[in-house]
Formats: sequence, structure tokens, C-alpha cells
Amino acid sequence: MSEKRLLFTKDHEWVLVEGNIARVGITDYAQNELGDVVFVDLPAEGDTVEEGEGFAVVESVKAVSDVYSPVSGTVVKVNEELESSPELINESPLDKGWIAEIEIAEGTQLDDLMNAEEYQAFIKEA
Amino acid sequence: MKQTPLTAVHRALGAKMVDFAGFEMPVQYAGVIEEHLTVRRAVGLFDLCHMGEFDLEGPGALAVLSKLTTNDPAALQEGDIQYTMLTKPDGGIIDDILVYRTATGFFLVVNAANTAKDFAWIKEHLTPDATLQDRSSELALLAVQGPKSLPVVEKVLGLSLADLGSYTFLDTTYKDLPLRISRTGYTGEDGFELYLPNAGAEPLWEDLMAAGGDYGIAPIGLGARDTLRLEMRMPLYGNDIDETTTPLEAGLGRFVKFDKGDFLGRDALLAQKEAGVPRRLVAFVMAQRGIPRHGYPLFDEAGDEIGHVTSGTLSPSLNQPIGTGYVKAELAAPGTTIFVGIRQKRLQAQIIKGRFLK
Repeated sequence: MSEKRLLFTKDHEWVLVEGNIARVGITDYAQNELGDVVFVDLPAEGDTVEEGEGFAVVESVKAVSDVYSPVSGTVVKVNEELESSPELINESPLDKGWIAEIEIAEGTQLDDLMNAEEYQAFIKEA
Repeated sequence: MKQTPLTAVHRALGAKMVDFAGFEMPVQYAGVIEEHLTVRRAVGLFDLCHMGEFDLEGPGALAVLSKLTTNDPAALQEGDIQYTMLTKPDGGIIDDILVYRTATGFFLVVNAANTAKDFAWIKEHLTPDATLQDRSSELALLAVQGPKSLPVVEKVLGLSLADLGSYTFLDTTYKDLPLRISRTGYTGEDGFELYLPNAGAEPLWEDLMAAGGDYGIAPIGLGARDTLRLEMRMPLYGNDIDETTTPLEAGLGRFVKFDKGDFLGRDALLAQKEAGVPRRLVAFVMAQRGIPRHGYPLFDEAGDEIGHVTSGTLSPSLNQPIGTGYVKAELAAPGTTIFVGIRQKRLQAQIIKGRFLK
């Protein structure tokens, strides 16, 4: 997975857009901050989500963290492997640890998202 | 934020640091799960310098302590340690503490977040023939916990400690500094807690890490400290017990000695014992996927709210979500099915008897 193709949010989600499908996960920085991920509360396929709204929950031993949707749309696929192997989010946050695919609603703008370079600069400031 | 004598050591080890009770403390090094399993299988080293320590001395010390705590300090011989609680007149728990019987009086170890509160409370109840000294800022505390603790500590101190019984201590020296070592801990494993002046903290840490190399020693953060104690159902002050809960509700009645004479809280606790407690702290395991967390509501099968979660986590040893919480006393029996409100769902759990880790 080349990071170059990904877009990022200030809440440390990444999004990969192909056609009208957005694949979403949390960043390497986010998984490192969380520590050992032990549980992922996935959305259901068919759920509608709004940009900036929590649509999944990632839990480490100590912490509960909402995952906010970078786009508005409908959940069309979830990564069911995370139910039995939540540690994939630690091991492979940008690839095997993807959380869900969202069919992007018409008219959704991606302008607020950062590219890889901008995101790296953003987390350096944090 | 206050630092411990070992803050620089933690940073050099790459620990993730957090504010805990006003101290900058390591929450994890390699990761909570790995650290947890290291303590269960081998040995771990903890910085507990944030904990509070007091000397309570003088001819009136025993009477003062007996008046302020639920357990019976008169039962202690020199070298013995006792788990006890400071309670308010209404039976609410001010703190849970350890009392060490020394040659000259009592050495009290209190929770970091309660150090100032406890000191003020005891001071307020001192009699003219007793003295109280806060030694928290001058004393360091390191804990060595896990099945391989004994050889590691023996090697560093050059002492045979096999005969040091559980909940006893002795005073020795380390590099010409006075060192107090007890067979105590907060993990359920064999282990030791070592108190010494701050100047000795870093050399002792380095010596223990070096001596523990052959046994797989690793530094352990507060994250694993919490999961280790919870698997053994040891209460955490501020989560499972506080000033609104009593020792009887928390299942700590064996540390309340009604027959020792009067103490603050005795009347209220005796009345509660006779009337029956309204709620009990219970342990439960999840039957459905979800992790209980402090503050989540608990429900019965009819859907009525019956209490709340006080502690919860994924148990690293069992790889299963576990929790504790207060429920109405009539619903506290082992085997009872309860439901935990986790976000929009109510997930099934079952009350168990005893510890999570048998």
C-alpha cells in the first residue's frame, strides 16, 4: 500500500478513494498512540454515515477510540477479519487493518483531507 | 507535573508517559499485553515512586491507627504487614492502605492520589502522644513481581529471601542506604516491594534490570499494573472503591474487625452488616463481544438498570473481556445473567465467583 495514494483526516483516519468507494482505516500514528488493539466495533453493511460522525470504535486494553468517517455515504463492506484479529490494526494499519468501505454520497467534497506530506507535517506539530 | 527519580530512565526506555495522580508516569513500554504476560510468566519491574508513605509513631500510634482503620493493627508483630482501610464515620472508604509494624511504630503506604487527603485526615485525628511524618517525597518505591522475582532480588541484595513470608518485611541496606523490602504486591504473583531513599532508585533499577536479564525481566507500566490487579480482583481506589462505597459492599468485610473496639465507621458498618448491604461489588465475564468500561450501566434481564461497571478490560491472560461492578445485592449471586450497556447495545455477561484467574 503506497501511502502516496491515501488522504488523511485530522482525527487520524486514512481514506483510499477508488471510483465512488472510499476505504477507511486509522493511521500508523493513531494505532501507535492507542497501543494493543483488542476490539473493533464495526458498523453494519448498509449503515449510512455522515462525514465527521463516529461510525466504528477501536479499543485498546486501556482506551476506547471513535473512528470518524472522512466521507458521507453508505457502508458497503466491513473488514470482518478484525472481529477475530483486531491486532491487524497494529500490525498493518494502512492495509490489512482497513475498517470499512463506504460508497460515497453524491456531492461529497474531499477538499478538507490532507495528502501524505501534509499529514506528516500535521502529526509533527501535534 | 511531579516526576519520580526514574522519569529519565523511563523516557530513555521509550515509555509512553501519562499524568497519573499528578505524577508523570510510564503507562507502557513494549505494550500492555506483552508486559502483563511477562509478569505472569517471568518477572517485571515497576516504578511506584508516586505512592505515599507515612511514619506514624509514638506511644499513642497504635490507638490512633486502630481508631482510624477497619482492620486490627494490634494483631501485628514487628515485621508484619496488614491490608486495611481508612473509613469515614458513615463507613465510606477514604483509602485502602498497607500498614507495616516497625520497631518504632507504623509505616503506612497509601495511594498516590490520596496522599494529601490521608495525611490531613490522620493528622486531624492524632493524639498528643503520636506523631505523623510524610515521607512520600524522600522515598522511592520499586516493585519486582512475577514467578522469577525471588532469584532476581536475592542476587541484587545478596540476601536469602525465601523465608520472607507473604505480607512480611525486613529492613536491610543497599549501597549504604536503608532499604525496606516486603513480600507484597498488586499483581497476584510472588513478588517484592522495595522502599529506599530517592538517591538509590536509579542504581537499584539498573541492578535489578541487569540481574533479571537471565530471567526475562522487563519494565512494566501502569497499564499492565491495572490489568494484572483486575484479573486477581484486587480493588482499585477511585474505580472500585471510594468514599461513597463501604468495605462490606466491596466484599472487603474480612478486613473489618468489629470486635477490636471502636473505630471511625464501626457503627455505620455494623448497622449495614445487620440490615444487609444494598449492593455488592461483583465480577463478571462477557458472554458477548464487547469490553466493559468504568461507568457503563448494568441491567437485569427485565431491562432495569441495576448498577454500573467500576473496572473492565480485556484480560490478557484469558483473552476475554472481564469486569467488576456494583449491582443490587439480590442480583449478585454467581451465575446470574446481567447485561452491560456498551454504546447502543446491551451485551450479556455472567457473574462469576472469586478471581478471574484461578
